[in-house]
Order: sequence, then C-alpha cells, then structure tokens
Amino acid sequence: MTYMNKTLKEIHEALKKGEVTSAELITESLTKAKMVQEKCNAFVTILDDVNEETVTDNILSGIPYGAKDNYSTKGVLSTGSSNTLKDYVPFFDATAIKNLKKAGAVMIAKTALDEFGMGGTGTTAHTGIITNPWDKTRMCAGSSAGSAASVAAGVYPYALGSDTGDSIRKPAAYCGIVGYKPTYGMISRYGLFPYASSMDHCGVLTRCVEDAAIVVDNMKGQDELDMTSWNSSNLNLENSLNGSVKGKKLCYIKEICDLNNYPNASEELKAHLANFNKTIDICRKLGIEVVEESIDRTLLEAEPAVYVVLSYAEATSNLSNLTGIIFGPRGKGEDIFAMIKDHRTQGFSPLIKRRFVIGSYVLQKENQEKYFKNAQRVRRLLVDAWKNLFTKYDGVILPVGSGPAKHLDKALDILSANTDVLEEHLQIANFGGFPSITIPNGFIDNLPVGVNITGNCYDDANVLNIAYALEQAMDYKNMIAGERNE
Amino acid sequence: MNNYKAVIGIEMHCELKSNSKVFSAARNSFEELANCNIQPLDMAFPGTLPVVNKKCVKDAIKIAKILHCQIPEYMTFDRKNYYYPDLPKGYQITQNTEPVGINGYLEIPFKDKTITCLIHDVHLEEDSAALEHFFDATLINYNRAGVPLLELVTEPCFHSAEEVLAFLEYIRLVYQYADVSEADTKKGQIRCDVNVSIMNEDAKELGTKVEIKNVNGFANIVDAINYEIKRQSELKDNGRYQEVEQETRRFDEETGQTFRMRSKVDAIDYKYFAEPNIPKFKIGEDWVKEIEKEIPTLPLERKKLYTEKYQLSLTDTNIIIKDKAIADYFEACLKMGIKPKTAANWLITVILGYLNKTDAKISEIYMTPERLKELTDLIDKGVISSKQAKEIFNHVLTEKKEIKEFINSDNNQISDKDELTKIIDNILNNNQSQIEEYHKGRTNLFDYFVGQVMKETRGQANPVLTKEILTAKLQKDN
Repeated sequence: MTYMNKTLKEIHEALKKGEVTSAELITESLTKAKMVQEKCNAFVTILDDVNEETVTDNILSGIPYGAKDNYSTKGVLSTGSSNTLKDYVPFFDATAIKNLKKAGAVMIAKTALDEFGMGGTGTTAHTGIITNPWDKTRMCAGSSAGSAASVAAGVYPYALGSDTGDSIRKPAAYCGIVGYKPTYGMISRYGLFPYASSMDHCGVLTRCVEDAAIVVDNMKGQDELDMTSWNSSNLNLENSLNGSVKGKKLCYIKEICDLNNYPNASEELKAHLANFNKTIDICRKLGIEVVEESIDRTLLEAEPAVYVVLSYAEATSNLSNLTGIIFGPRGKGEDIFAMIKDHRTQGFSPLIKRRFVIGSYVLQKENQEKYFKNAQRVRRLLVDAWKNLFTKYDGVILPVGSGPAKHLDKALDILSANTDVLEEHLQIANFGGFPSITIPNGFIDNLPVGVNITGNCYDDANVLNIAYALEQAMDYKNMIAGERNE
Repeated sequence: MNNYKAVIGIEMHCELKSNSKVFSAARNSFEELANCNIQPLDMAFPGTLPVVNKKCVKDAIKIAKILHCQIPEYMTFDRKNYYYPDLPKGYQITQNTEPVGINGYLEIPFKDKTITCLIHDVHLEEDSAALEHFFDATLINYNRAGVPLLELVTEPCFHSAEEVLAFLEYIRLVYQYADVSEADTKKGQIRCDVNVSIMNEDAKELGTKVEIKNVNGFANIVDAINYEIKRQSELKDNGRYQEVEQETRRFDEETGQTFRMRSKVDAIDYKYFAEPNIPKFKIGEDWVKEIEKEIPTLPLERKKLYTEKYQLSLTDTNIIIKDKAIADYFEACLKMGIKPKTAANWLITVILGYLNKTDAKISEIYMTPERLKELTDLIDKGVISSKQAKEIFNHVLTEKKEIKEFINSDNNQISDKDELTKIIDNILNNNQSQIEEYHKGRTNLFDYFVGQVMKETRGQANPVLTKEILTAKLQKDN
C-alpha cells in the first residue's frame, strides 16, 4: 500500500484510523525521494534522519512535504541552489516553515530551483539540471522545478514553492499538477530568500486544489516580521471550496489566446489553444459565464520587458548581501572588495550575472527615468487593466505557456513566433499581487498542459473555488507522472 | 590672504534614542561588548525583512515639526545601494524621494542676536556597522548596524565656522530638549559632512563646492571648515582657483588638514529606488497633532522669557537653559510661586553645585521645587535665616527627610513673642543711655540692640521678630 500518491485528506484519514504511522509515511516518502533524485535530480537535501510527528486533528500533522531550497530552514542546509550559499545552514526558520511545523507537518527534503528563483527552466541550480518526471528529456520549467518534479512524481502530496514571475504556476503546468500563489502578503515572506521583493510570493504545489487550500490555510497569517503581510484569520480556504460556481463570470483575453495572433503557429500551440477552448466549454457547462475581452496589444507586449526591468533591478539590490563576508564561502583577494568580487564571480551562474548587469543598468541615474520609472508606470497600467477586468469578472482564465514542457535541448523545440505574451502573462499576477492558480487541463503528445485562473486581491476563496469546480469537471486531478498517458 | 565670503552647508547625522533599532528588534544601546545587539536583519541574513520602528518615525516627525518643515502625506523609504564592508545588506534604507521633513527653518542664538538657519530636509535612516581597524586586521561590530539615524541637511546658509558651531550646539540642545537623542558627541552619536565654498563678496554665483565627509566632534568641524576656507582662499589669491574641484575630501585630525578622497567624476551612483518591503503608510493629521503636543518649549524661547520677563542675567539664563531638566526645575519653582531671581540663585549657587559634586540628576534629588518653596517661605517669614536654610537644604538632600523635621530638632530659635519681649525689655532697661542716643538720631544703634539680643540668646532669637519688637518698643518709648 502506498500513501504518498494520495490526497492529504485520504492520508490523514489513514493516519487517524491507524492504517499507517507517520514514521511509515516518512520512510515511504524518503524512498521515493531517492528514486526521484536519481531520475530527476530534484533535491538539494534529503533529510534521512527526520523525526516523525504526532498525529493531531490538523490534516497536515505527521505527513511529509518538501520545501524549496530558498526557504530558510533552521539547522537544515538552505542554498537557494547557489554556490554563494552552498554550505549555509540558517539558524532561523522562515515564518511559513514555522507555521507548518506548528501544524505538525514533516519536512523531508529541500528541493532544487533555478538559482535564487531566477530562471524559468530548472537548469541553473548549482546541483545541476532538474528533469521532468513525465519525460527526462524535457524541463520542468522553473524556478520551483524540484518542488514540481517531486510532487508530480509522488514523493509527497505537496511542496512549497515561491513565485516571482510564474515560478510556481508554470512548473505546475509542465508537471501536470496544481500550483497556487495566494494574494501578496497572505503568506509571510520572512525567511524566503528574496529575488524581487515587490513580486515575490510564497505558495504551494499540490496534486489537487483542495490540498492547495489546506496547505495555504496552514502557511498563511499576518507576521510581525513582514510588514507586507496582512491578517487573513477570517479566511478559511478549505471551507470555502463548495464547488458552486453557477453565475460566476470569467473572461479570457483575445490578444493572448486567439490562434489568429500566431500566424506561424506550431502544431503544439494549435493543440494547446484548442485544448484551452475545450476547457472554456467545460466552464460554460458548469454555469460559468465566460466572455472574450480585449486588451491593448501594445500594452501586453510591453509586459515581458517590464518584468525584466523591475525584477532584475530589485534582484541586483536584494542579492547585494551575498559578499562571502558574513556567510557563504570567503572569496580570495588583496582587500575586502577583491574578496567580495571573487565570491560573487565564483558563486553566481552566468544567467544571474546577466540579470545583475541589466538590473544595475536600469537603476543608474541616467537610465532610471527611461527604464525603471517607465517600467513602473507600465506595471501600473497593466495592474489597472486587470483590476478593471475584476470589476466585471470573478477572474481571468488563460492557458499557461504555449504548450507542454519544452525540451532541455532547445534544438528539439519547434517554437512559434511571437508567443512572448502567451509565455509571460502570468507575471501580471505578480505585478498586482493577485491570487493565481494553475491546474492541469489536458495532454498534448502524452505531456500535461495547464490552465490558469487569476482573480482580484483578497478574493482567493473565490478563485480557488472556481478552480476546484473546474478540476472536478475534468479528469486530471491527482495525477502521478508516468502513471497515465493520454 | 583676501577675505572671501564663505558659503557652508552641513549634513548632520544624529543617532536617535529608542529601545530597539529602526528596522529590527535588536536593542539600541551603546555597548562596550562588540556584536551583542544583533538580530538576523542587522547582519542581512537571507530572507530577513525590515520592520519600521514607530517610535523612531514619531521622533523624526517631532524634529521635522520643530524645524518648521513640510511633512509628506505618506511615510516612504528608499534604498541607497552601494558595497562597503560596514553595510551588511549592500544597501542602506533611507529616505530619498520623500523625506519626513522638507523646506524648514530654525532660529538659533548667535552671539547676542539670533540668526535663521534654512533646513533643506530631515530624514530617517539606519546607521552602518562600525569598522574597527587594527594593525593587521579590521573587525566589524554590528551593534551599530541599524541604529536609527536622523539626517538633517541644511541649505548652504552659513558663512563662518562660528555660525556652524552655534547651529550644531543649538540643534544638539534641541534634540535633547525634544528627548529624541542623547546627542552625545563623545559616543559618536553626531557625525557631520560639511560643504564649503568661497566667493567674492559681491559675486552672484556660488563658488565650487567641496565636501568634507564624516567629521567627528564639533572642534574638528570648526577646524575642518577653517582649514578649507583658508586652502581655497589661498588658491584663489594665487590665481589658482580652478584647482578647487568639486570633490569629496576627508579631514585628518592629526594634521588638521583635508585630503582628497574622490572627485565628482568618481561620485558613486547610489541607484536609489523605493524600498519594496516597507509599504508606504499615511502620516495621519491626528498623529502629527499628538506629536506636536509633546514638543517642549525650546531653549531659545525660554531664553527670551527668562531674560525679558524674569529679568535674569544672560549668564544665569544660559546656565539654566543648557539642560532641559534644569530649566524645567526652574519653571516648576516659578509655578510654585518662588520669585524668579530667588529660584535662579538657589539653582545656580546651591543646587547645581550639589549636582556637580554628587553626579545626581536634578529630576531625582529630594529637594523638589515643592520643598524648595517651603524652604524659601521660611526665610521670607523670618523663621530661619538664609544661612540656616542652606544647612537645612543639605540635611534634606542627604537624609531625605522633610524640612520641618530639621526646624524642630536642629533649630531652637526663639520665636515666642512673650519670651522675646521679656529679653528685649531687660536689655532696653540696661541701656538707657543708648536709647537716648538713638532718639537723638543715631538710628544705626538699632543694630546694636539687635546685636545685644542675639548675644543674650546666643544667636537664637528670631531675627525678624526681634526687629519687629524692637521697632515697636523704641517707638513707644519715644
């Protein structure tokens, strides 16, 4: 009998009935983790000596989970998948981790990511490339690649992720699972290694919407150590999942998901958009009104650049604490500046260095107005456009990416032209701090694809409930990689 | 050397008083032991976030108000990005775009008049760690990292080192009065950057500005300014003014000279941007009003009041206003009904002497304004002499007992009218010839009679009562 492929409620029930113990769950989870490590390279650390937890009425008690390695975990190596922190063992827990500890959850592994959450491929971790459990030749997307791969492979029912652009929601789509980032500030960011503070979100990857609700219910809460956190104590996500969605209103955006926008569309893209339309039909059958909306294409096309400018600028500053002076390996050099330079030159991957250069450039006095300030203005325009949609709709529904997981060998991908907007639109939820959830909605070439629903700030319960109803109406819930083809 | 007009502006950083640091819960206190006041944020451990200390914001608003500044609608913070070993995060959280106060002014005493200083802005920020340099190593002490700093930037409104010194001394006093800082230069709580340029007296355009960074101590600031004025003036005299560059210099305490650190070409681009981890928050009008209520009467206003209304001498006034606690004590005495000059005399000649000798605080001494009033009343009523009062004063302070206890046990003064009359009658009977002399016009013999009474009573006759009875008797006999 295996349990790690089940839902949280099923596992909790088994624990309660005494069919299985927390210790046995841990053993099963650790065994699977080692197999998945072999196959996908999903982990930075597997915690072999973890202790079982007492089973209480909290659904998470006694059940294993994984945490992305950019969460600060007391006494457990936390690298951010970077050589700059390759031996860093924090002396304090991130607030989200602390909250899960209180719930009795058992952390059995730290998962690999694109270095410090920067990157959407899962290929820049200092421990090497993370591969997709559905197909080893493909990527998981990123940056929460290790979390997505391990949940999809059935190591445990959930893993923590972080999301600055789409780092939870895209890997979830590529791995056939659920990825949810709640409203900005619902979960404290204290102890999450920062990438771009104004867009960083904690969140979770699971195999069903209900599990996502349960986990976030336990992670969230106002934190006196994070001024951007807010009081959500009157909100119980799990209890608000009733599946009743009749009369709800969603919209999709023509400029993003109409096939006519992509004259040279690949077969994959065509299939992906057709599949999205099927999902829209299912929504309508559920009694949800779905309307096509239009947004200025120029504005949409500016979005990826806005993300680049703003997130890289914040990253440049946020990661300036990595000097090798207080923590991390000491650099070599004549004086302290040479030592810092050596530490950063040796420690960071080329991708991050490139981002630092760009981030630094757009913040320079003579460039700020043109790049950084303008990017902030366009960010505001995009958020306003989405907020305007939320005055009429419960959410925006859009396809995730331009198809299933891409090949690790880029040469194997037949890319359609001008799909940037399709690939990057999830970042708008980070600009506005909107609650946003990705769920699997079909298969293309035996690989899962996903659909995303994004709603207004603080409207998490509504967004999750729509996703929950849609999930029930489709057949892609609780999938384990490799156990199904279509 | 010609006399040019000097134009000087200063940036004064002052550490604020608070329980915890400005963005972390670590203690804000001066400690001998290195690295004992630290929270994870102060060493920039990954994932830590700043949390604004409300008390520090309040104090910053208080000073902004005292400086007659405009206060923004929202409190916002910015990051100033640069690498330095004393800056653990790689940036300093400060206020660049919307300082807590802008466009203010402050009237300060200067010599025997007042001058108005213009304030460009005042803003709240965090201090850096302290670097301790040794022969072969440099150690970093993070106790200071994150200590609240208030930076005050003046307009280039000063024209001599004396004016700057007067400003610094007065603003330090204002900070102490407002109770936002100890403003102790010995603890390095005040550090200044100074901008100096010179110009011909009738010139319209300012000369080239030179910045001297991080000067510690008021005497050094004066020396640095004077040195820089001299250096620039000499260059100008010799037709080499173009050699004065817009640059940053440092002041060397040993030689009393300034040296180039970097020219404007190498100026650091701090890449300021809004601190994303601190949401902007509204500075409510009600809150500002509450804060305004806490602003005490400032030393300059007190000075005017004391010299003009209370007619105290300038010397006495300056002694009293130098410390808010002393001035408050003085005013409490007046409230009790003690005459200003009497209160000032007691304060300056007796109380301050005692405080100096014992290191006690005026707020803690047993001789409260209430008790002082009791004591001065006893002198006025003639119950005790001022010499006796001083003795009682010392007893009260050291033994911490009420005044009346010393009147009873220590003071056997004869204040019984009948008893005194009897003694006086006796003396007068034995001095008939003197009475006659007295009535003939030798009125100074009055003191002779008083002396006789005192001799008879071994100094214990109530002097006022004695004089009263004597006057009456001598008139009666007339």
